[in-house]
Amino acid sequence: MDEMELRALKARANELRRKVVKMIYEAQSGHPGGSLSAADFVTALYFREMKIDPKDPKWPERDRFILSKGHVCPIQYAALATLGYFDESVLHTLRKEGSILQGHPDMKKCPGIDISTGSLGQGFACGVGMSIAAKRDNKDFRVFVVLGDGECQEGEIWEAAQIANKYELDNVVVFVDYNNLQIDGTCDEVMPVLDLAAKFRAFGFETWDIDGNDMGQIVETLDEIRARKNGRPKMILGRTVKGKGVSYMENQCGWHGKAPNEAEYELAMSELDGGVTA
Amino acid sequence: MKMIATRDGFGDEIVELGREDPDIYVVDVDIGKSCKTTAFAKALPAQHVNVGIAEQSGAGVAAGLAACGKIPFVVTYAAFGSMRMCEQIRQEICYTDLNVKIACSHGGVTPANDGASHQCIEDMGILSTLPNMTVIMPADYNSARKLVRAAACHRGPVYLRFTRDAVPEVYGQEQEFEIGKAVKLREGNDGAIIAIGDTVRLAVQSADELKARGMDVRVLDMHTLKPLDVEAVKSCLVETGRVVTVEDHNVINGLGYAVSAVAADMGRGVVKRIGIQDRFGMSAPYERLLAMNGITVENIVETLSALK
Repeated sequence: MDEMELRALKARANELRRKVVKMIYEAQSGHPGGSLSAADFVTALYFREMKIDPKDPKWPERDRFILSKGHVCPIQYAALATLGYFDESVLHTLRKEGSILQGHPDMKKCPGIDISTGSLGQGFACGVGMSIAAKRDNKDFRVFVVLGDGECQEGEIWEAAQIANKYELDNVVVFVDYNNLQIDGTCDEVMPVLDLAAKFRAFGFETWDIDGNDMGQIVETLDEIRARKNGRPKMILGRTVKGKGVSYMENQCGWHGKAPNEAEYELAMSELDGGVTA
Repeated sequence: MKMIATRDGFGDEIVELGREDPDIYVVDVDIGKSCKTTAFAKALPAQHVNVGIAEQSGAGVAAGLAACGKIPFVVTYAAFGSMRMCEQIRQEICYTDLNVKIACSHGGVTPANDGASHQCIEDMGILSTLPNMTVIMPADYNSARKLVRAAACHRGPVYLRFTRDAVPEVYGQEQEFEIGKAVKLREGNDGAIIAIGDTVRLAVQSADELKARGMDVRVLDMHTLKPLDVEAVKSCLVETGRVVTVEDHNVINGLGYAVSAVAADMGRGVVKRIGIQDRFGMSAPYERLLAMNGITVENIVETLSALK
């Protein structure tokens, strides 16, 4: 990938971050911290990696995107709106009565959502089911799953991982948004998740341990993964910063599920204004 | 009379369905043998998934398969299908309204010798409270086959409950079934017995005994607990005034509650509930466990006679 494309992707991630902060500010409700930490990976998927058609959200051959940590849906909504799945003005309706943009992703209401999520630990297994369907139907679509690090404390994650190994699902790519923060504190304090990459390797995955806010590393890793059709599921441990791009939110677990006030909003937007993170 | 478990009806019908439609899938959780999916797994390996002893992800995998156009049957025991998988069913199958069937053997006290951990008296109540869910328990082998087929043709989540133990045949092969439509097995206006699943046979025997005593008692097989055939229940309440419900399920949150709710809404009729008396079971013969809870012909006859 050339420098220009890389710069464009970084600018795109920054644009999505601005949309995230704006929509949560307008809703006065939502989860900015994890949305911002996952922003770079989600941008790389939607604007480079995934085979999708915004004009045909249910296209059977499309790659699937599973936001298993469903509470960070603002970043997905920002990507979908920017791609034209729905009008950008809809972003103003986040979490409001009658909105297609529910507090957690709803496949029945919002175009581009492949499975409803919100209860942690459950999305991954759904993605595994889709990957099995792809294999059985000889289709070459892939399934990208975004997990939270705290979410990996759920037992169902490891059930899903062992199924992915058994059925040789090399069409599954798991990204763990490893920002080391969850609601009650750091993962290390609440429940150590240990070496997640090693754990996934023990479950038969090929793993990559990268800076999950470095667009260059993300793209490089995805390029590498694309070529590896070897029967082994893939996992990217993305070391990220919760609240990435907004100084006062970075590494603060208080910004897990809180909306900025007006002054905080202005500051966030000025920091994200034209700035390119990473 | 021929005795055969309703889980066998499921096992036989699912193979036929799978042969007819390559989108029919079975998701096993390592108890396929006792849930009767071995023939399916052998005949149709490309439509079979076994996720091991991992019910929660089994439900999730089924949701993912359904999201790609498959019609998966997740197959386990009622205790695990209704409780270990419960939240996954709520979030990923009912909320999404995906076309997944939860097919469970070992309903009620039919896993008699296995004891309380494997008997399941709560499941139909739990599943009935989930929006978009349909809840079915067939009375015998033939109705199990017909209702499994009906569930496969019904678009949306369905919970199917089967017996582990053998139960006598109630229906011939010619009987047709419609989801949400009770089958009237006996005519009569002197009272009504509304039963579900393995207790339907007891309801029929009770009505026959009452007939000998000069009472014409109506019998309904309410194979679909949800959506309940409200019109059929209303007719019983209006035309007979006296209803006894019978179920191999807790008397809380099952058929008795559903029928009582109709009576309460109408403000007429008397309903008496026969079922498991809100207590856990134990290892004991199936018929003994029923008897301990008053689920007997004798008690049904007595209860209905007392309502007269």
